[in-house]
Amino acid sequence: MGYVPVKGGTQAIDASIKRVKFERLKGQAILEIETILSTMRALVDQVMSESSLYSPQLAALAIKQAEGSMEEAVFLMRAHRSTLPRLYYSESVETDAMFVERRISASFKDIPGGQLLGATYDYTHRLLDFNLINEKKADNTQWLQSYAEELQEVKVEETVERYPKVVEYLRKEGLFEQYEMDNTEPEDITKQNLEFPASRSARLQVLTRGQTGALTSLAYASLRGYGEVHPTVGEVRVGSLPIYVKHPNEEDGSEDEEFYIGDIQVTEVESFVPVHVKNENNEEELEFEIGYGICYGQNETKTIAMSILDQCLEHLNDEFPTHDEEFVLLHIDSVESSGFISHLKLPHYVTFQSKLDSIRQVKKGVQVNES
Amino acid sequence: MKANTHFAFFDEGSKKEIRRATLKAVAIPGYQVPFASREMPIARGWGTGGLQLTLSLIGQTDVLKVIDQGSDESVNAVSIKKLVQDTTGVQLTECTEEADIIQSRHRIPECSLTKEQILVLQVPIPEPLRAIEEREYMTKRMHAEDDYSGAWLMLFEQIMKFGKTATTADHPVSVHDRYVMAPSPIPRFDNPKMDHSEALILLGAGREKKIYAVPPYTSVKSLAFEDYPFTVESFEGAHCHLCGAVDVFLDELIDHEKGATIYQCNDSAYCIEQLNKQEKVEVESTYA
Repeated sequence: MGYVPVKGGTQAIDASIKRVKFERLKGQAILEIETILSTMRALVDQVMSESSLYSPQLAALAIKQAEGSMEEAVFLMRAHRSTLPRLYYSESVETDAMFVERRISASFKDIPGGQLLGATYDYTHRLLDFNLINEKKADNTQWLQSYAEELQEVKVEETVERYPKVVEYLRKEGLFEQYEMDNTEPEDITKQNLEFPASRSARLQVLTRGQTGALTSLAYASLRGYGEVHPTVGEVRVGSLPIYVKHPNEEDGSEDEEFYIGDIQVTEVESFVPVHVKNENNEEELEFEIGYGICYGQNETKTIAMSILDQCLEHLNDEFPTHDEEFVLLHIDSVESSGFISHLKLPHYVTFQSKLDSIRQVKKGVQVNES
Repeated sequence: MKANTHFAFFDEGSKKEIRRATLKAVAIPGYQVPFASREMPIARGWGTGGLQLTLSLIGQTDVLKVIDQGSDESVNAVSIKKLVQDTTGVQLTECTEEADIIQSRHRIPECSLTKEQILVLQVPIPEPLRAIEEREYMTKRMHAEDDYSGAWLMLFEQIMKFGKTATTADHPVSVHDRYVMAPSPIPRFDNPKMDHSEALILLGAGREKKIYAVPPYTSVKSLAFEDYPFTVESFEGAHCHLCGAVDVFLDELIDHEKGATIYQCNDSAYCIEQLNKQEKVEVESTYA
């Protein structure tokens, strides 16, 4: 008779864990955290965004440990996040205080303050650069030097000016509605289970920590016809924002009592979406609404996708899955979706035995009926 | 940098939140209490609901048993056990009677549990009405309105199609004659063990962020019609090829040499216990 194991799983698992460590070590090269931080900006940004934990250092560590796997790195960060108590909430951040590194509008040729291209791959040709195979440190140093010299010739403005939001210009014209400031305390989806209908604060939190690919796909589906939102990008801005927290005990509310705890780099998008509204005389009119997106780091595709989905969910519509908040919000989280898909690899022999039994019983019944 | 985690992984605030949800679940048998499920070092869908319950409950003197599909040494049981022990240092056991907390996926142990024990079940899909209505907003209302016509219709349609109900694991139950509950994908064989169980049964769904409970001595009825009564998986004529047990849930295996079907206890701890008992009897009779 063949050998049927009752025990022995533990040793097999230990061996498997060893094997995966071997896979990372066998090449005998060590990837420094510093190297990841200085050369894999996009990956670090994406990991921070999807794990909703702003720490380039930890993201780089997660990337190293996960051998570059996005889902693993995000998973590691999220699990680490669970061990950290939430001590403070920051004061709300005004994004027009952003120190802007890049800021463009697709809606206007020129915008107040001007288009600022900044660093982006948008205008490059995606050709493999074979020179990078033998990249030399000396060459890079020289390039950096000459770039620094070029920059010195650029005239520096005397004062730092705020870039006005593009939407302000249109609001003045009455094309956007003026809304009252809504200072309701936002919900915290890491503290409370998401309930439906979801509040906008909860919705935006789920979207901003969503998986980049999932957001992009759903927003793309909406553009192609499985949805009703086809926006114009009013403004994309990338830059850093200062974060302040209040003194935990003193509550006099003055801004001087707030503590500056650092900057975060974010991408922010405001999409302009034309919508039909009824005016006082019950006539259809066109008006603009804003779809809003914001993400940690420079993640422009994700942020634009977020702004589309935000707008989709503002107008719930049973006809399109992209306008169904449970469909969108419950299926875009990297840890949740990858976790449940991968759990299918776990043994299911008890449930399968139950299925077998059910099918056998039903088949027996069929034979009885036929005879 | 190797960070030392807090006792039982979570910070105390997180544990309190989970316990609060658990208490509410015990107070409303079968009702799914939403909670802020944390991301765990094991994957969502791999038992994070059960794990969060276990970590929030466990104390230094507790003894823990973890099983997956009836086995103490299944991949995931090993992984969960290791995580809990690494972060708490509690004593582990494979013996069902010795355990204070038993975390399980897809099975309830064969030997009956006592009032000193807590059974923690891992749940993939906590909503028994999900197959009928995909929207949470709607299913929540259906529960509130005691509207379980969908669940009954599902069984009725199966009878119309197949001549009998054709549910597999996770056959819905009615708890305390009020809430219809997904018992987690335990085989139908295990459903009756929930009824008036002496042990507290807690069910945790990490990905779906729900905790629910069957308090001790609570009525749990599997949904069925009078003329089409509830039936469990049949192992007629089969017995465990190792210990000879009947009346237990059996795994169906292929004997590689003979190509024949053989059966073995699914609950490996139960099987080993039976084998040990038999050996003891044999030894005693030999030396007597």
